[in-house]
Amino acid sequence: MPVINVEDLTDLDKAKMEVTQLKIEVTLERAKVSKCCEEISEYIQSGADEDPLVKGIPEEKNPFKEKGGCVIC
Amino acid sequence: MCDQTFLAITFGPCDNCSQNKPLMNIYLKNEPINYCSLCVELMACQGLAKGETIHTLKTESETLKAKLEEERAKLHDVELHQVAEKIEALGQFVMKTRRTLKGHGNKVLCMDWCRDKRRIVSSSQDGKVIVWDAYTTNKEHAVTMPCTWVMACAYAPSGCAVACGGLDNKCSVYPLSLDKNENLAAKKKSVAMHTNYLSSCSFTNSDMQILTSSGDGTCALWDVESGQLLQSFHGHSADVLSLNLAPSETGNTFVSGGCDKKANVWDMRSGQNVQSFETHESDINCVKYYPSGDAFATGSDDATCRLYDLRADREVAIYSKESIIFGASSVDFSLSGRLLFAGYNDYTINVWDVLKGTRVAILFGHENRVSSVRVSPDGTAFCSGSWDSTLRVSVRFRFSGESDLRNILYSMVLLFTGIRDYRW
Repeated sequence: MPVINVEDLTDLDKAKMEVTQLKIEVTLERAKVSKCCEEISEYIQSGADEDPLVKGIPEEKNPFKEKGGCVIC
Repeated sequence: MCDQTFLAITFGPCDNCSQNKPLMNIYLKNEPINYCSLCVELMACQGLAKGETIHTLKTESETLKAKLEEERAKLHDVELHQVAEKIEALGQFVMKTRRTLKGHGNKVLCMDWCRDKRRIVSSSQDGKVIVWDAYTTNKEHAVTMPCTWVMACAYAPSGCAVACGGLDNKCSVYPLSLDKNENLAAKKKSVAMHTNYLSSCSFTNSDMQILTSSGDGTCALWDVESGQLLQSFHGHSADVLSLNLAPSETGNTFVSGGCDKKANVWDMRSGQNVQSFETHESDINCVKYYPSGDAFATGSDDATCRLYDLRADREVAIYSKESIIFGASSVDFSLSGRLLFAGYNDYTINVWDVLKGTRVAILFGHENRVSSVRVSPDGTAFCSGSWDSTLRVSVRFRFSGESDLRNILYSMVLLFTGIRDYRW
């Protein structure tokens, strides 16, 4: 069973948890936003051609196509 | 009339200082102890270093947050949509609903796709969990849970089991059998135990481990076979509403979002909170990793969706419009990550261009809140579950031999006539 229930924690405990966490985060290594955005763009561009929701697929290949009915008399 | 309440005081030797004094009956970790009031005060202060009080901790917290913002701002040289300016715009989309899955008697709260791309599991407020074949709309299995409000359900990677849970504070795994007559409820296995409702669950890369998030503010990793707790994750100061595992190539992390407006990234092995993001103005209802694993999106009650980059350690895009005032309950990316599908409490689904930050489509059709939106594993369709007790599977509508002019004409027809989801 998980060790804590957040409702049982006192304000003091929560404040302490927050301060310890922030101390860790301040020291993180970060990359420039422009570089990260470029990488996201490139990833999307490379995948966009195979993305059926972006490019669309012809009805015949679509597994969710309308269930049509053909009756042969 | 005043009620007179008498507090019964026990008088006797204190467990700590052994003096005969009035005792305070308190419970520490479920063990009753009898300390005198002086010893209780001393004990409460033990956890503090010299001179620490809530006030000093709060000021320290504020200074650290300011420093963190400063560090992040140093690298903030450009916005995502500026980088995306040179990329071709997508144009207007038309989405059409191809399957409507009816069968739940009450609000659909959660759904998940199977890796075989055709099966869907969904859970609802009345306690029913149904497994559907989305191609044929047939129901393959149905289980009734002993509790109502089944808020979480997940399909196992092998496709042989489903996990679900909600107000029962547990996560239960049901193995699916091919024998239709078999009573699924008999084979149920209780895996997770929380002290508050289960908000979300997900299998890791195998059927053997489950990750859960709960209203008790924690996330936990469990072994399915033994039901043992493998790791617990503490860091949220309020209910955790959603979690999502990183795509397998990027390693053992997951992201969680909660009512404390924070989205936290965790290392599964150490239980450590690696990164934390707090820019939303209200509860975060849903978190979803970007397909490459370097970023994640969130949907929140503040009516916005935001994209956070993990390496830049900051929010890089915000998807909002003044006309959208209802909270986003669920988000998911398309296969390449170009599109973000978000379900809102105003009964619509908005499709956003991730790079440009603009909306490319709105999908109407549901008659109540959209509670869950998921793109299928091969990206051909997306399924939305709603409080109107239906699930709808929708695709991008394209004409065979289509031309842009026809697309524009049909979009205009939709706009002007206001016909929402018609058949042709």
